[in-house]
Amino acid sequence: MEKILEVKDLEVSFQTYGGSVKAVRGVSFDLHKGETLAIVGESGSGKSVTSQTIMKLIPMPPGKITGGQILFNGEDIVPKTDKQMQKIRGKEISMIFQDPMTSLNPTMKVGYQIMEVLIKHQNMSKQAAKARAIELLSLVGIPMPERRVNQYPHEFSGGMRQRVMIAIALAANPKLLIADEPTTALDVTIQAQILDLMKDLQSKMDTSIIFITHDLGVVANVADRVAVMYAGQIVEMGTVDEIFYDPRHPYTWGLLASMPSLDNDDKAELAAIPGTPPDLTNPPKGDAFAARNNYALAIDFEEEPPMYQISETHFAKTWLLHPDAPKVEPPDAVKKRMRQLSSAFKQPVLVKEGN
Amino acid sequence: MVKYIGKRLLYMLISLWLIVTATFFFMRIAPGNPFTSEKKLPPEIEANLNAHFGLDQPWYAQYWDYLVRILNWDFGPSFKYKSQTVNDIINEGFPVSAMLGAEALLLAVAFGVLLGIIAALKHNRWPDYTAMIIAVLGISVPSFIMATFLQYFLAIKMGLFPVARWETFMHTILPALALAATPMAFIARLTRSSMLEVLSNDYIKTAKAKGLSQGVITVKHAIRNALLPVVTYMGPLTAGILTGSFVIENIFGIPGLGAHFVTSINNRDYTVIMGVTVFYSILLLVSILLVDIAYGFIDPRIKLAGGKKGE
Repeated sequence: MEKILEVKDLEVSFQTYGGSVKAVRGVSFDLHKGETLAIVGESGSGKSVTSQTIMKLIPMPPGKITGGQILFNGEDIVPKTDKQMQKIRGKEISMIFQDPMTSLNPTMKVGYQIMEVLIKHQNMSKQAAKARAIELLSLVGIPMPERRVNQYPHEFSGGMRQRVMIAIALAANPKLLIADEPTTALDVTIQAQILDLMKDLQSKMDTSIIFITHDLGVVANVADRVAVMYAGQIVEMGTVDEIFYDPRHPYTWGLLASMPSLDNDDKAELAAIPGTPPDLTNPPKGDAFAARNNYALAIDFEEEPPMYQISETHFAKTWLLHPDAPKVEPPDAVKKRMRQLSSAFKQPVLVKEGN
Repeated sequence: MVKYIGKRLLYMLISLWLIVTATFFFMRIAPGNPFTSEKKLPPEIEANLNAHFGLDQPWYAQYWDYLVRILNWDFGPSFKYKSQTVNDIINEGFPVSAMLGAEALLLAVAFGVLLGIIAALKHNRWPDYTAMIIAVLGISVPSFIMATFLQYFLAIKMGLFPVARWETFMHTILPALALAATPMAFIARLTRSSMLEVLSNDYIKTAKAKGLSQGVITVKHAIRNALLPVVTYMGPLTAGILTGSFVIENIFGIPGLGAHFVTSINNRDYTVIMGVTVFYSILLLVSILLVDIAYGFIDPRIKLAGGKKGE
């Protein structure tokens, strides 16, 4: 399949008064055409920064790409100027944000906010753009689009506004859509509607999606592949099945164990991952997760773990996959769902030395 | 909308009545009267004067009389300037003050908003610091010092403008500059802080993610949202600046309305005090109404009460 995006060893840091915060520390992944990649992780894990860096939307300064490449359609966008980026943003790559209540300009008609993209990227006249905006509104399931197009955002509900955001994002048929927690601010029934809408539009338009979330339930619903981020690094990546049924990284175990599930009996308490993420101004020596990890080995505090490959598509960054590592049992909640997947290699293969 | 304005006009009349009443009585409480001067008047003459201006009537008669006159837009004769009525004074002074004020207002808004936007866009870089130094100077340097400096350097040393008097357009520039300095600085600071707030909003990021340039984002998405605080400040500013400034008009020898606000009180010139106060209040109330109407146009979320059907 055609690769639309390739991120290689991306490093992003922010200059602050307290020193430089290394928000993204060597992230690599790729994305195929029409595929949905979910990036999960807790707050501050660098998932939003990673995605905003792909559009170069992080404020620079204080933000800075300190290393790596972002190949979009085979072209590195890291050295591109803001002017060149303007031709990519909204046209090739577009973005949906977390809070639909604040993401639309309150003093501009909804229709015009969609038309802007069309006028800018498709050289449409105002009339043509307006007609297309009405089409887009009805495409994202907004009733009476002819009337709605002339209304202001405050006349829309939260779910409706997120639909408008989707219409804006998809107006110019982008090849890549980045959705930064698009359903977090919505209530559950609306969440499901928005997810269905996104899946539906994706199959119509053949867009690739990067879906950022901390909700594993959403991941299972939309993603083809999942990348788990922790402290600015991808610690495990694989297909949805691999992550849910054969997770290898203790952090992924922790995330899965903390997810409520219908098979849980009422007595079992939901597990939580103890502690807080490390300060990325001075990332800890060794594995960043070691201090919170019940399965931490002595070497985790000394040396950063390398990346191991478990199958063609499954990678995990943990010393537990080292041939000499002791055999450990994942937590019960995770063990219950574990399955032997046919795709897995006999032995994990070392792919990359820790740096 | 019509209903809303009607309602507001009614409230304005009530406010105006309260202002007139308060001024009327406070003025009478103040010691002295229009005929108090260094040389004591013979009692018969004072009694005659009082009778002539109706001051011998009981207070309720005077008050009623005054209310009726104001309704007819007649502010009565001045006590001090024998040949002039208060209407004459306002009719002569206001056009001059208003002309000067309008020029100053234009300068203040244009440069204030511009400076504020530049400062916000170049936040924490040299244009920001420069604009804010100008703003701090504008706020902290009193207008009479600013006026004297302008006169000394631009008029006397460089000879670019006339020093004083009110004759040609060139005469209006220096006083307008001096008058505009403080409000301009204030508007610059207001615009800057409100622009900074707006620029950190999510919808600015959305606009950026659409591929719009910084210029388009500023003009189409940011300015309109950042302008509300400035518009709020415009209400009182407009009324204040159009009715003239005692200090600036004195320094430049301009025959405006500003001087009467101060001298009439020293003179206990009852009718002039009342006249300019009522006049100023009307201007203030009207400009506040205009500001409120402008809100509705700038921000569609602000619905003017009574503007909706079925209310």
